[in-house]
Amino acid sequence: MACFLVSTAEAIVVTVAAKIVKNKEMSEESLKLEKNAETEIKQEKKLPWSKKLMILAYLLWGGAFLLCYEHIWHGEVVPWFPFLTAMNDPGDTAEMLHEMGTIGVTMAVIVTVVWAVMMIVADKIMSRPEKEPEKAAA
Amino acid sequence: MTLLICVFAAIIATVKWYKRKDDTLMLGIPCILFWGASLMWLGDAIFGYAEDGAAFFEPEAAEMLNDAYLGLSVVALGLILWLAILLIKDPKGIVKASLKKKAEQ
Repeated sequence: MACFLVSTAEAIVVTVAAKIVKNKEMSEESLKLEKNAETEIKQEKKLPWSKKLMILAYLLWGGAFLLCYEHIWHGEVVPWFPFLTAMNDPGDTAEMLHEMGTIGVTMAVIVTVVWAVMMIVADKIMSRPEKEPEKAAA
Repeated sequence: MTLLICVFAAIIATVKWYKRKDDTLMLGIPCILFWGASLMWLGDAIFGYAEDGAAFFEPEAAEMLNDAYLGLSVVALGLILWLAILLIKDPKGIVKASLKKKAEQ
């Protein structure tokens, strides 16, 4: 009924968090550059947290967008107030909230868990030694 | 059916992304879009299976047709969104060059 709203709410929080983390990383980077102007800066072998969070945000935004379309298709979301047809009836509203608490939360958890696994794998891949061009071609 | 169509779209987009020579087509967008939706529909399917049991895998023909139609339109919408982002961001500068050429004519 409105399960995609849970993912949308998570997407908003993650997007804001990613922006804050990115600003923090940029200020830390400039501080490092000032301190170690002469010494070589160690290359990080991991994706920055801001990028990791943006991947999660895009997954959630993308999924929520297409699920919103599905709800429009089924007539559960309408372009006029209150936008959710379930809001017109208290019984439907209770059912909608129950659905958000069960299916909506499960959807958000699945996306977040898959993203967490993806990021662990991505860090492992990035820490692998670089392949030689000849070996990579073979 | 919607989930299945979306998963196939996600797999095709991912294979295309892996085989890309550069990022000018921004193939990461359809990958993320379709995988995000597929994972969410997977959650929906888990609850559907818990509720209906084996009957979940035996939908009515009319229901299946409607779901397939929805799945295809979801893929079309995802591709339109990707195309819109691609043309607006214009990583190769093709749209800008074309507009400049039109302005000069």
